[in-house]
Amino acid sequence: MNLTLHVWRQPGPGAPGRMVRYQAADISPEMSFLEMLDVVNERLMETGEAPIAFDHDCREGICGSCSLMINGVAHGPELGTASCQLHMRSFRDGQEIHVEPWRARAFPVVKDLVVNRSALDRIIAVGGYASAPTGSAPDGNATLIPKDAVETAMDAAQCIGCGACVAACPNGSASLFTAAKITHLGLLPQGQPERGRRARRMVEQMDIEGFGQCSLYGECQEACPKEISIDTITRMNRDYLRALTAPDRAAAAESD
Amino acid sequence: MELNSKVPGGPIEQKWDKHRFEMKLVNPANKRKYTVIVVGSGLAGGSTAATLSELGYNVKCFCFQDSPRRAHSIAAQGGINAAKNYRNDGDSVYRLFYDTVKGGDFRSREANVYRLAQISVEIIDQCVAQGVPFAREYGGLLANRSFGGAQVSRTFYARGQTGQQLLLGAYQALEKEVARGGVTMYPRTEMLDLVVIDGRARGIVVRDMITGRIESHAADAVVLGTGGYGNVFYLSTNAKGSNATAIWRAHKRGAAFANPCYTQIHPTCIPVSGEYQSKLTLMSESLRNDGRVWVPKREGDNRPPFEIPEAERDYYLERRYPSFGNLAPRDIASRSAKMVCDEGRGVGPGGRGVYLDFADAIHRVGAETIRERYGNLFEMYQRITDENPYEVPMRIYPAVHYTMGGLWVDYNLMSTIPGLHVIGEANFSDHGANRLGASALMQGLADGYFVLPSTVSDYLASVAPASADTSHAEFRRLEAEVAERTRTLLAIGGKRTVDSFHRELGHILWEKCGMARTAAGLEQALAQIPELREEFWRNVNVPGSDAELNQALEKAGRVADFLELGELICRDALDREESCGGHFREEYQTADGEAKRDDEHFAYVAAWEYTGDLRHPRLHKEPLDFEYVHLAQRSYK
Repeated sequence: MNLTLHVWRQPGPGAPGRMVRYQAADISPEMSFLEMLDVVNERLMETGEAPIAFDHDCREGICGSCSLMINGVAHGPELGTASCQLHMRSFRDGQEIHVEPWRARAFPVVKDLVVNRSALDRIIAVGGYASAPTGSAPDGNATLIPKDAVETAMDAAQCIGCGACVAACPNGSASLFTAAKITHLGLLPQGQPERGRRARRMVEQMDIEGFGQCSLYGECQEACPKEISIDTITRMNRDYLRALTAPDRAAAAESD
Repeated sequence: MELNSKVPGGPIEQKWDKHRFEMKLVNPANKRKYTVIVVGSGLAGGSTAATLSELGYNVKCFCFQDSPRRAHSIAAQGGINAAKNYRNDGDSVYRLFYDTVKGGDFRSREANVYRLAQISVEIIDQCVAQGVPFAREYGGLLANRSFGGAQVSRTFYARGQTGQQLLLGAYQALEKEVARGGVTMYPRTEMLDLVVIDGRARGIVVRDMITGRIESHAADAVVLGTGGYGNVFYLSTNAKGSNATAIWRAHKRGAAFANPCYTQIHPTCIPVSGEYQSKLTLMSESLRNDGRVWVPKREGDNRPPFEIPEAERDYYLERRYPSFGNLAPRDIASRSAKMVCDEGRGVGPGGRGVYLDFADAIHRVGAETIRERYGNLFEMYQRITDENPYEVPMRIYPAVHYTMGGLWVDYNLMSTIPGLHVIGEANFSDHGANRLGASALMQGLADGYFVLPSTVSDYLASVAPASADTSHAEFRRLEAEVAERTRTLLAIGGKRTVDSFHRELGHILWEKCGMARTAAGLEQALAQIPELREEFWRNVNVPGSDAELNQALEKAGRVADFLELGELICRDALDREESCGGHFREEYQTADGEAKRDDEHFAYVAAWEYTGDLRHPRLHKEPLDFEYVHLAQRSYK
């Protein structure tokens, strides 16, 4: 198949960027979207042009590196599919395809289609864990966990941290990302002692990082390659409000 | 160079406990005076960085990805082994030890493997405490499934995303330590050299991948948890960025490289579909719990699978290995697939595929149960191939997946350079010539959470804390060398892209040093690879500059290292005149085509020393003694 691409090119963080048009000829429908970009890049390099920079690594939809806005949709047209798992059979011959980076205030562009998503790491760092220093654990079967609790926790824990939810959100909110972690840990007995503190600190960190507020548009769950539900956001809001009104002991003990 | 494995004396059950007592400790107030560099943030690197920080050391952790959570451990699917015997099916620490030594075809160090099996039970406890959502039974207890090479059910799992969940546990612990100030994280930073001063590892030279700046970091000890080198084959199940640069540069600074030819070809991957293919995707071994592997009995039978009657199908694993059946170990399952395809009985385009069929399992337990067990894998398969595995059997073919070889380490996980420790897939230690399924996660976390934090303390207790400054002239010298190499790559201005060299190298290795190897083929590869390397340095085209994010430049540096490592892999394969595990030399096989070891001459670890001349590395041998598991031909029949 033959395609026309319009790709965001931006040489560096502060530099102005623009859409540049490329022809992608003789593309096989069996290729993944990233393999199509590989082919375009190989041809660019053969003619001495700078290849298009984009993040990718596992190409199995699990590492969360790939982050392409394809025709205005985070990760492109297939539901529940990361950019790397999208195949060219999802497009038609002759189609025009616009490829842009994630756009959000908290995700500055590094180069071309590459953005800086470190803000997500910092949200985890302030509370997205169940403290268990190595060596301190009881037997794995010492605490029973109902199967349905683990399954629901796992639905949320699947988040790959790609940031599609932020890119899809009109407000640039990281609520789905944050809520997924709060839900995962909040549903398990191991997550209870720090539950209130976790919600409060993670939600506040979202603001500090410059993510927008959630107005329940629901765009995030449509874009999520792991199809994480916005039900998690309800849980986050409940945990956060509860932490503000009835702080748990850990939260109360904190001086900040 | 002297190889001293430093295995403690005494009965195997007591070695680790005894050693832990005998190792020196660093008192809590002194720990903060020491700095440890950890390169890599996967299961091994991430877990060790978090644990060392919890202990009170200053940790600097480096990864090339934009976040430590993206390390390739994230992609491990099936599970993690532990000798919990929760099933009451006869498992024990000793059985896991036995299975691992046997599965590795008697080419691993017994004491290390025993320790691994001992620690396996603590890993599960640790991960549960962190909130890893392992699969549970209705009663709330942990669930298990079976994996290849074992007759007990000892694999713990979180759907088909076990690696992801374990890594996120380690990553969250790591981020917690980052926030506390114990760990400084350096993402998008690539290690390009190891600094050795007065015979000890004292730091690393890195490139900031955003700005291109070359800088140095000093420490009292350096830990490499940088993963395997499967991408030397170009096509593998590894992530695109996975590379051997850190371990290769350390090798060139004096760390011995052990058993480079031991590479694992995983039997169940989605077959190659075209020349543009950029990587291969694994379908978890757990699928072999329920899937049956078959090909048509008749050569050239190209009817669609549902038209081939039962009597005309060859369930070759069940036929050849009745007691393990579809759960034969990986090396055997892969070689068997190659054999039936070589006979012209392969299926799919090019005849390079075999069926993995779930029809019987769906009939037995229902599609819903199968969906619950493997749903995400089935979806991934359908997304890639556009075929529905609930209706049509999957087509699979072996692909490079894991490397058992790596930097040589002693019982303390220290390389031949004092102060340089190597953990996880980057070392050679525990899997011998073939790794069993669900054992990589176990080893990465055993090394990272439990072994290294103890042994590195013992090392640090023997050295005075040095200031973490990088003023020593050796740092300047190596920074200049790294910068010069980068400039050279950019200045070549040749005609071929980096990928075209990488593909060609991969093709040579796959054909000559893949599932079956011969002396003649390896000799050819040993002639071709240096030629290709010579052409690379003359004719590669690396666009852009060194002062920006330059993905072509990053790749070029890694491929340049692969072009050197590839030669060592072939040399090791040629030198090992026997077949064992994943290393199958056609000249050495039994009458029915099984690997034929030569214990009299080859029961050793081959540790290669870099001599400055890639054509003439020096071989050192660490003899392997089998006191507990008696040497025998592996049988899974």
